[in-house]
Amino acid sequence: MDVLLFAAAAVRISVPYALAAMGASLSERGGVVCIALEGLMLNGALAYTLGAYATQNPWAGVACALLAGLLTAWLHAEATVRFRADQITTGLGINLLAAGLTRFVLVRVFHSSSNSPRVPGLPEWRLPVLSDLPGVGALLSSPLVLVTLALVVLVHALLFRTVFGLRLRAIGERPEAAATLGLSVTRHRFAGVLLCGLLAGLAGAYLSSEQHSFTDGMTGGRGYIALAAMIVGKWNPMGAAAACLLFGAAEALQIKLQGSAFPSELLQALPYLITMLALAGFIGRAVAPRAVGTPYDPES
Amino acid sequence: MFDVGGRGDKSFNDAAYAGLERAQKELGVHFTTLETSEGADREVQLRQLAAGPAKIIFGVGFLFSDDIKALAKEFPDKKFACVDFTVNPGDSLPPNLVALTFKEEEGSFLVGALAAMTSKTGKIGFVGGMDVPLIRKFQAGYVAGAKAVNPKIEVLVKYAGNSGAAFKDPTKGKELGLAEYHAGADVIYHASGSTGLGVFEAARELNKLAIGVDKDQYEDAPGFILTSMVKVVDTAVFESIRATQQGTLTGGVQHLGLKENGVQWVYDDHNKALIPAAVKARVDSLAAEIIAGRIVVPSTTE
Repeated sequence: MDVLLFAAAAVRISVPYALAAMGASLSERGGVVCIALEGLMLNGALAYTLGAYATQNPWAGVACALLAGLLTAWLHAEATVRFRADQITTGLGINLLAAGLTRFVLVRVFHSSSNSPRVPGLPEWRLPVLSDLPGVGALLSSPLVLVTLALVVLVHALLFRTVFGLRLRAIGERPEAAATLGLSVTRHRFAGVLLCGLLAGLAGAYLSSEQHSFTDGMTGGRGYIALAAMIVGKWNPMGAAAACLLFGAAEALQIKLQGSAFPSELLQALPYLITMLALAGFIGRAVAPRAVGTPYDPES
Repeated sequence: MFDVGGRGDKSFNDAAYAGLERAQKELGVHFTTLETSEGADREVQLRQLAAGPAKIIFGVGFLFSDDIKALAKEFPDKKFACVDFTVNPGDSLPPNLVALTFKEEEGSFLVGALAAMTSKTGKIGFVGGMDVPLIRKFQAGYVAGAKAVNPKIEVLVKYAGNSGAAFKDPTKGKELGLAEYHAGADVIYHASGSTGLGVFEAARELNKLAIGVDKDQYEDAPGFILTSMVKVVDTAVFESIRATQQGTLTGGVQHLGLKENGVQWVYDDHNKALIPAAVKARVDSLAAEIIAGRIVVPSTTE
């Protein structure tokens, strides 16, 4: 039972990381750095709350979160792909914008700088057998957990088993060559970034639906952890999701071991230490897509 | 005057603001507020206020401690007050700075005793925000109070992190709450800002009880809040303003405890169904003993 409760905690913690990290792998495989995950998630989280609050329907909240992720990502794509702005700077700008914008909306709409009122969360999906399992039953009744599990397979297949995925990867490696073959670098990169926006928006919806409210700054740096997980996962959606699960397990372990004889400072650093160690060696060399971070200029 | 974390935090920023409003109404003072965002602009904003016409400038939150001390030295003809000022050992405060500190350990002692008497499992929990001495004060009082009524009680203690972000991470708070409830605790006291909203969610999900902090948090999870440990920040702010107006404000550290009505625990129509009369009587008698000095509540966990 203890082991199952632990596993459930690890998965719960890793879901938002995994969604965002998979999104980033699509964006970066196409050649666009997505340091904007934090902002995409934050906007998604607020949009869920607004949608669920206005309609009292949690699925309308999810739709709003997807839309917010999409619009925010579109901003990133316009700036970096169409106008060839620096991708890191633009991403950081979007994070700052989201931090300010969500707070502004929170104060204007809900008259609080801290948190929104309570909104409906997603209802359980009662499944035969799965929902009745001890320890993990509640986890496996959570719609977004199940959706995330399915997305791990689907996003990986999209990148490695479809024509679109092949073209996207080619554009992230050698955009000039892909363009010579008649592929639109702009369109594919837009698609990668927008898909990233959808996934990160969904990650935000998960955060606020689990809390039944939006809290100022509630993403708490999760976007940056997701980005690191994507690198540990070598820019593969499935690898990124696995890295997130590792990180989630480390965080669950950290929570569980608190109050034991372990020095607390070391314990608080545990998830980050594990990520660093994984980055530093156990995983092997992580090579970025060749053209990531470089705007494509057909004239040059 | 001044404010961090922002108004509308439903916690001590709002309480401080209520103190300002009361002073405006009853004493006819004027005030302005500024909000800080993350990080480094605190000193700049304090300076902006200090250079203006204000007679007394408040910093709300322990994060102001260093900046406000530096500014108080630089502007000796202005008065400064800081809510939750962190006093370092060996610190000498400038004479124009009032450090408003609360004996959170005394209020925490009472809610700890209440939690221990309410628990059916013999286990209760504590969730802290950032692991700093200020929050350890809450923990120390809570544990001491619980042990005072039940020496065999087990108290599970977990913290959300080592940075300011640990006060605004409800997702982490929910996991910490779930972990403690799953480990057998049936009442959890949080001292963790909006991270605690996650603890309340965990209480709802598993149908357990939680204890609020700083202000009455009943509204955040009706039916799941056993009580709240309240810091009476509004009165402290109001009294400082009144003293400034009368010219009687003296610098130094003010420790506001049960005796000074600086901390309280909530017992009202919302929660009295959860608290039997005998239990309330016991908590009240413990409070009386603390006020009389017969019980000295520890303020550190060492």
